Amino acid sequence: MSSLEDLYREIILDHYRNPRNKGELEAPPAHRTEGFNPLCGDEIVLYLSVDGDVVADIKVGGQGCSISQSSASMMSAAVKGKTLDEVQALVLQFKGMMSIHESEIGGDGSETEEGLSGQDGDGSVAAELPLGDLEALRGVVKFPVRIKCATLGWNTLTQAIDEMAESA
Amino acid sequence: MSQALDVAAIKKDFPVLDQVQNGRRLVFLDSAASSQRPVQVIDAMSDFYNTTYANVHRGVYRLAEESTNRYEHARRNVARFIGATNPNEVVFTKNATEAINLVAHSWGRANLRSGDAIVLSILDHHANIVPWQMVAAETGAEIRWIPATADGQLDLSDLDRLLDGAKVLAVTAMSNVTGAITPTDTLVAAAKAAGAVTVLDACQYVPHLPTDVVALGADFVCFSGHKMLGPSGIGVLWAPMELLEAMPPFLGGGGMILNVTVDGFTPDAPPARFEAGTPPITEAIGLSAAIDYLDELGMEAIRAHEVSLTAYAMRKLSAELGDSLRIHGPSEPAQRGGVLSIELEGVHAHDVSQVLDEHAVCVRPGHHCAKPLMKFFGVAATARASFYIYNDESDADALADALVAARDFFAL
Repeated sequence: MSSLEDLYREIILDHYRNPRNKGELEAPPAHRTEGFNPLCGDEIVLYLSVDGDVVADIKVGGQGCSISQSSASMMSAAVKGKTLDEVQALVLQFKGMMSIHESEIGGDGSETEEGLSGQDGDGSVAAELPLGDLEALRGVVKFPVRIKCATLGWNTLTQAIDEMAESA
Repeated sequence: MSQALDVAAIKKDFPVLDQVQNGRRLVFLDSAASSQRPVQVIDAMSDFYNTTYANVHRGVYRLAEESTNRYEHARRNVARFIGATNPNEVVFTKNATEAINLVAHSWGRANLRSGDAIVLSILDHHANIVPWQMVAAETGAEIRWIPATADGQLDLSDLDRLLDGAKVLAVTAMSNVTGAITPTDTLVAAAKAAGAVTVLDACQYVPHLPTDVVALGADFVCFSGHKMLGPSGIGVLWAPMELLEAMPPFLGGGGMILNVTVDGFTPDAPPARFEAGTPPITEAIGLSAAIDYLDELGMEAIRAHEVSLTAYAMRKLSAELGDSLRIHGPSEPAQRGGVLSIELEGVHAHDVSQVLDEHAVCVRPGHHCAKPLMKFFGVAATARASFYIYNDESDADALADALVAARDFFAL
């Protein structure tokens, strides 16, 4: 069960069972965006309220697996109160964590826990901002099919910010 | 013919099943998505490539003639297997999706007008929905829906009204989500009475039940090779010759014409009319070998095996998991195929399937390309286990054990 426990860290299960910032905001004035994973039917409904340059409030709805829902919950906690520049940086960093390791796994499918702990040393991108709880999602890269689950909320956030910039 | 299946012997014909993952025997329960194939099919295709392969209906050399003979033999074998009287009523396509698209685009565009009704079912796979939505958008035809009952069968209480003025009834013969076997007799008779043609998606039906297209009475029957021990890359459309003869080509190209000039073209007769380009030649050989394998076992015996295994699995799962488990679809095994769409309380289907994978149990999580039905059930996803000839009670036991592990792992 060790690899399962790599994927389903306790903090992930905690966010799944007790999602942060769950709910809705009145839209407008908040911006509402839906994100879908067409492969599995998971969906995220994101409500984003930006005051000047700062994410004043964020709410997350939708349904999906523990990885997609916990990742969205962690994301909401991580971006609330941040400036849009900080949010963009965090998005890049999180996606980097997913894709960097995706390519490493692609080179050697037999990655073990040893390999995982070894990856801490190469975190040149990860050094920029503290990912906090989000670090728990590192284990997802060992399950390439689930990376789309982990990034669903983040892609929806990017989409929301782009839509808001377009309509501004 | 109707001897019980010797599953231990059957398993030996499927090398892919003979492997260990995480120290456990691989348990393959995803045949509704795509079945595995026996060495007999793999060998038939390999032998064909090694000894005979050439393009069909082209060359005059010996290989080309033999290749054509084998390809046309496959067509006759498929026709015989589904009870068709004329082999030329069997059209080879890329898959069942292409077969349905062929009907929707060829027959549909030629026959549907603004205001006509297309009747679909909420039970259906996207493959028997989206092509009709495309043709409806193009022609202005209206789409009406046959609803489902709570246990995942068709709700036919309003069928006559839905079919009133309809030109097409496109419906599944067996749901890939609930396993419900639909009452094709009733559906076909009602469609005929309303003057509508019936298009049957028989992807989940032909691999598992004895099929007689003449007795079914439907106008179009579509299925795919890869769900019935054959290779991917080949599907079948069957329709009566007079219907096929009245239909314009779907895809254009080589092989489907009688003549081409700078001014235009004259299409060939069916089935060539609908087989543009080099067809899935070796895939047809493989499908024919798959049919021989199924025939050897006997479709009656296969059906009996699956009813019995499904009944066992439903009892076993409900005994082990009780109220924390929900299986969508009819509770009576005789009314369904060996497809169990499972919801485990409090655990998302993806997470269930991940734990099952750890136990080397292969199931399919997701919406199974049936989003309207999932919405009707109010669920985003289920974990689907499906049985075939190479599964037995030990596989159902492994599924039950893995589901218990999933429930315990995510226990709140």
